[in-house]
Order: sequence, then structure tokens, then C-alpha cells
Amino acid sequence: MSENTKDQNTISRRDMLKTSAALAAAPMFFTKGAYAKDFTNNPGNSSTVTLGFNVPQTGAYADEGADELRAFKLAVKHLNGEGDGGMMNTMKPMNLTGNGILGKKVTYVTGDTQTKSDAARASAKRMIEKDNVIMFSGGSSSGVAIAVQSLAQEAGVIFMAGLTHSNDTTGKDKRRYGFRHFFNAKMTGSALGPVLKEEMGTNRNAYHLTSDYTWGWTQEESIRETTEGLGWNTTAAVKTPVGAGDFSQFITPILNSGADTLILNHYGKDMINSLTQSVQFGLRDKLVNGKQFEIIVPLYSRLMAQGAGKNLQGILGTTNWDWQLKDEGSKAFVKSFGTEYGFPPSMAAHTCYVQTLLYANACENAGTFYPPEVIRQLEGFKFDGMGNGATEYRAEDHQCFKDVLVVRGKQNPSTQFDLLDIVKEVPRAQVEYDASIFGGNLGPYKV
Amino acid sequence: MKIEKKRSDLFIMAIFTIVILSMPVWLSPLGANYPDLLQKFAIFGIFAIGYNILFGLTGYLSFGHAIFIGVGSYTAVWSFKLLSMNVLPAIVFGTLFAGIIAALVGYVSLRRSGIYFSILTLAFAQMFYNLAYSVLTPLTNGETGLTIAAGDPRVLDRLFSDVATGGGLPSTELFGISMSGYSGFYFTAVLLILAFFISLKIFNSPFGLKLKAIKSNQHRMKYTGYNTRPYLVTAFIISGMFAGLAGSLMAVTDPLAGAERMQWTASGEVVLMTILGGVGTLYGPLLGVAIIKYLENIFSAVNEATLHGFFSFLPQWLNDTMVVVVSPFVGEGWHLTLGLMFMIVVIFLPGGVTEGFQKIKNRFTKNKEQEKLKQGGE
Repeated sequence: MSENTKDQNTISRRDMLKTSAALAAAPMFFTKGAYAKDFTNNPGNSSTVTLGFNVPQTGAYADEGADELRAFKLAVKHLNGEGDGGMMNTMKPMNLTGNGILGKKVTYVTGDTQTKSDAARASAKRMIEKDNVIMFSGGSSSGVAIAVQSLAQEAGVIFMAGLTHSNDTTGKDKRRYGFRHFFNAKMTGSALGPVLKEEMGTNRNAYHLTSDYTWGWTQEESIRETTEGLGWNTTAAVKTPVGAGDFSQFITPILNSGADTLILNHYGKDMINSLTQSVQFGLRDKLVNGKQFEIIVPLYSRLMAQGAGKNLQGILGTTNWDWQLKDEGSKAFVKSFGTEYGFPPSMAAHTCYVQTLLYANACENAGTFYPPEVIRQLEGFKFDGMGNGATEYRAEDHQCFKDVLVVRGKQNPSTQFDLLDIVKEVPRAQVEYDASIFGGNLGPYKV
Repeated sequence: MKIEKKRSDLFIMAIFTIVILSMPVWLSPLGANYPDLLQKFAIFGIFAIGYNILFGLTGYLSFGHAIFIGVGSYTAVWSFKLLSMNVLPAIVFGTLFAGIIAALVGYVSLRRSGIYFSILTLAFAQMFYNLAYSVLTPLTNGETGLTIAAGDPRVLDRLFSDVATGGGLPSTELFGISMSGYSGFYFTAVLLILAFFISLKIFNSPFGLKLKAIKSNQHRMKYTGYNTRPYLVTAFIISGMFAGLAGSLMAVTDPLAGAERMQWTASGEVVLMTILGGVGTLYGPLLGVAIIKYLENIFSAVNEATLHGFFSFLPQWLNDTMVVVVSPFVGEGWHLTLGLMFMIVVIFLPGGVTEGFQKIKNRFTKNKEQEKLKQGGE
């Protein structure tokens, strides 16, 4: 019980009684009649254990979703001892044996989030209530990630977030049952700041176009904090609907705004469209106040670079991971993903693959699937050999801390996948922040 | 005659009640027996029944009913935030507020009929969607969706009990009964049965008869001295309130409201459900709901691995071919299946699946009659 209370010294006998009474009175969720279980979807004596992969298969983030699903399937293969093992050869410390999880063969179910909170929750509920998943993962939209993460907490099933970059996921909306390996907008800002200063100076007027939902809002906030810290001025910040398709009505006002830098807080197909249209409007050829007009895309991936083509050349941004990294873990993952599917993985695929292995490993460490124990294993877990150098799952907010890559769209790509130049590997120390700045409350271990 | 009618009403209600309440039993073999989907069946059932009162009886095709779903949801979540986690205020306010909005939308839209009415409702739907999505963000929390938070006031709850904090978010309840899981389904099912009963009464009432008269020939009705608009507006408000009830129930089973519920595609979905099941019939819309929700939730989750398992009794090469042939129709391709089904129904059974059942029934009874005739002849 004591984990529930922020300040353990103030817990009185009375508080204790009250909380216990309330919890005892709260009816059990998702339990089926007389078959009371010690925890939700306990695999018990079954010889298999089911994981749920809930990814966008339709909508603006469908490309990412498809790649995430590939990575999940690959991770399941490796966990079951099939294929070449990928990062299971490089991860350390590691207790995985290639014999499933805790000796149970891993199976999986899939679902389509449609990049909509409603659909994602319906799909996650199906996985929990019908398919009895012990853990579910996936994402690509922070709105969805936050919505299903709170469901995970209610249901008592661990959610290993896939691609979600909003500060809120491990900030004000963090949950005990939600974990994020991916980096966030705050870290993007900290990593990008020094590079922006070096390349664009300290005297610029920035114009933001922002996806109108949690991720866009927090990214805009974090990037503004960084750029304004450099001395830049923010001319305007305009919110655009997700999946707008046509951004010309938002781009025209930029031409006469006096801004000399455009910051696109867009992702997926939205970013491809808005960037392409910005270039078509001639923004990049403009000179404003004697300065070359610049576009910045704080978060982008190789998949989006493929979609945006030439337009992305020379544009700065950050990524969580890139397949061209030369460490052992990355090489092993790229090799086995490449052998399986014939092309290199995206950063969305990487984070989903890593999350699956991390969960499996935590179960092995805990020796049980019982979520509170698994959660305690993941909290504060330090590991290496998974592509980002030494990494730590911070216990206070379930956010992973690791190096962040600042990248630039390559000028002369040699292949259709060789699209990004790594400008800088920003060390972990530079992107760390205090866990308490975003508020939020993880909630109880036991639900 | 009248007594017979009453008895048959009672009979229909009894059968309906049994069928609905035993859903967890007979849906098990279909893989659809889990609380979330059962709740969806019941909730969308209410929505479709209400929609059928407007579209089925008067023939007015509204493309804006998702508005009332959304209004019901947002109202319910606000009731959870401000008043109490008890679901009663939430559904009462949700239904009433949706009724008020329906009166406004209906009053304006029903000045026109036919395609113009449809377009007006569509315009309203888009307007309300945009309001929820961006303009009214403080009320609706935009794209992220409105959720409950631990720090919400919840005046009534705090008035009557010392609310325990620290146990995470509170959950919706009806005097202590949790509204998720199977208890949530039974709650929605009881409301569905009530809704069905009301709809049955309306179908058989003089009011219902007037609505049917509007559908068959509004001009003639006007010439005989009836002012049709009050009837239409009433039907519109009733169906709007049904939708509001459904919307608030969505929030009851899952305390979250998002703008996507109000998108015009959501309005289109209920049109599909009604047409697929059978417009203007009592239980047709419910069949439509069952088919569409089943496809959406079960078919969309089928992937290649499941298919391989399903066809595993076949030899390997045939198994592989079958998987290749079938896979475009499942998983993310479930829309394709739905589209094909819809086309087949509209082309061959314009009266929906209900007409199909009727045809089968007629064939059997005809055979019997013919047999009787034969026997009589001998």
C-alpha cells in the first residue's frame, strides 16, 4: 500500500485503513465470475503466453505501424529461439534463453488502432478480455498511447509503449503499468539546441506548425523552450489538424510573417505532406532579413525520409535510433531484420523490438508474470547492447534514458534507405531532466 | 384483435429479453463473448434502434446522428468529472442534453426534406465535429480526448463519502456495482431492452402510424390537414435522445470521450447498420449492428497466423493458397468484406438481412400451403 502515498512518512494507520477498505471495496475488473484469478490473464499452467500488438494499420501513421508489426513478429521469433537471435546475442545483462518466456512459448495477437483513441482502446480491450494477453505493446500516436496506457493501469496488464514522443506519456499522464523506451520531445529539444545554435545562430524568428494533439503540444512547448533559450524569437505557433492532407492554407501566411525558420511539429504522412508543400511554396529558397530560410523537423524517421524524398535533404531533426549505427546491438538487429524482410528497420521497429525483449527479460528476472514483480524489475533496470549505448529505465517516470541522435537529411543518398546523416550522437547526460518537472502520478502497483 | 396484439407484443418482448440477456452464452462459439464487444452490441443497438425511429419510420435520412453520440459522451464524462462517478446522473444528463441539441439541429434541418435534409444534417455533423476537435478544446480536450482525472471535483461523491485518494483513478459505478466487465454489459443490456420496448410502443402507436404516413406520402398527409413538422421534430428528438443515451453509455463503460466519435463516418456507420439489417423493421437495425461490430472487432483481428491455423486441415499448398486468397478480406481488409456484403445485400435484398429471413420463411410457409392445397385437392 505504501507505494501509493507520495510521502511515506505521513501515512497514518487511519489512512492505511481507509485506502485498504477502498481498494477492497473496489470491484475487481475484468474478472470472469467464479474464476477469480490472482492477477489479470495469469497464464497459469498453459504452455503458451500471449502478447498483444496494437499498431496503426490504417491512417496517417500506418507506415510506422506496419514496420512495428514486423519488429514484433521478429522479436517473438527470437524469443522462441527461432531465427538468428538478433539482439539476444548482444543484450546485457540478459536472462533470456530462446525458450519463450519462463519456458512458455510466445504467441501473439494483433489489432488495428486506426490512430484513434476509441478504436485503440476497443482493440486493446479485446486483447485483454478475449485473447488474455499478459502484455500489450504498440503505438505511433501519443494520444493513443496515453489512452491505452490508462486502460492498462485499470486492467492490470503491462503496456510497453511503442513509438510515442509526447512528454505527457511519461509526464503528467504516466502510469505504473506503462513503460516507454522511446525518447521524448523534451529530450529532442535538449539534443537539438546546441546544434541549432551552431548552425543557425542565436538570432532567428521561428514559426511553428503543430499537430493539434498531446504530442504536438508538448513538442512545440519543448522546442520553444530550447529555441527561446538560445535567444530566438517565436513569431507564431499554429495548430493544424492531424491527417489534414493539404497544408497550403497554413503555409501561405508564413511567407509574409517575417519568420526565417519553420519548425514542423508534424509526424508521419502529415510531415511528408507539410514539408513537401512548404518546399513547393519556395520557402527554402527564400531569404528573410538577409538569412537563408530554414526548415526544422524536430522528430523524423527514415520511413518519413523515404516519403519526403529530396525535400528532406539538409533538414535537421532528431531520431531515437538509426539503422546505420555501428554498435554490436544495432548491427545484429539490422542483420536479422534485413534477412527476414529484405530492408533495414525503422526506429519505430527498433523501439518495439527492444520493448518486447525488455519485457520478456523482466519476466525472466522476476521469475513470474505477476505484473507488480515484473514492474519492479523494469524500474531502474540498466542495460546495454540494444543500440543506444548504456540505457536506464528511470524508476520515477518509466522513461528510458539513452543517447539521442541528431540527424540531417542526406544530400546524395547512395541507396533508397541511406537517407540520413548522423550529425551528432548526443550523450545521455545532456538530455536528462528532473522527473518531477511534468508532475503526474504513477499510481499503485496492485490494481 | 387488440388483445391478440398486446399478447404478441408481450411475446416479442419476452423473446427479445431472453435473446439479449443470454448473449454471453450463444456468442461464445462465435468468439464474441467478451465484455467490451457485448457492451458495444448493446450500445450500438440502442443507437440503431433510435436511428430507425427517424429513418425507418419517416424515411428522413440523417447523416448527423454522431453529433448526439458525441454530446452524450462529453456530457457523461463531464458528469463524472464534476458530479459523481455514479452512472445515473451521467446517462440522464447525457440523454437530456443530446435531446436539447437534437431539438436545435432538428428544428433547422427539418425545414427541408429529402437530399437537402441529409446535406443539412451532414453539415451540422461536420460543424459539431470541428467544434469538438479544435474550437471547444477547453471543453473537449480536442484530439487527445476528454478523460477523468484524480483531481476532479466530483461534488456529489465528496458530499456523501470521504473519497479515498491514492488508489489511482476512480471507476464508474452504479451504487457500488462496477460498470466495466460483465456487469457493465448487463446494465447496457437492460437499457437496450427498455429502448426496444419504447421503440415497439412507438411503432404500434398512432404517433408511429403518422410517421409512417409521412414516409409514404407527406403531401397527401398535409392536404388532409395534418401539420407534419411537429411529428418530424418529435421523432428527430426521440432518436437524438436514443443516440445521446448510447453516447453516454459509451462513456459509462469506458470513461473517455473523443472527437472521432462525432466524425461523419460514425454517422454513416449507423446508416449502414440500419440498411444492412433492414430499414423500418423492429429488429433489423440490431442485426446490422451485430454484423458490423462483429466484423470490426473479430475480423479485423484475424492475421495470417490465425488463417494458417484455420486452414490447417488442408494440405500445405492448398493451405497457403487459401491464406493468400482470404487474407485481403480479413485484418485491415475487413472493410472490404463489409463493402462486399453491403453490395450483396443492397442488390439482392433491398430490405436488408431481415428481408432475407422473410424470404426463407415465406418459402417454407408457401410450401406448406401448397401441400395443404394438394391435400385438399385429393
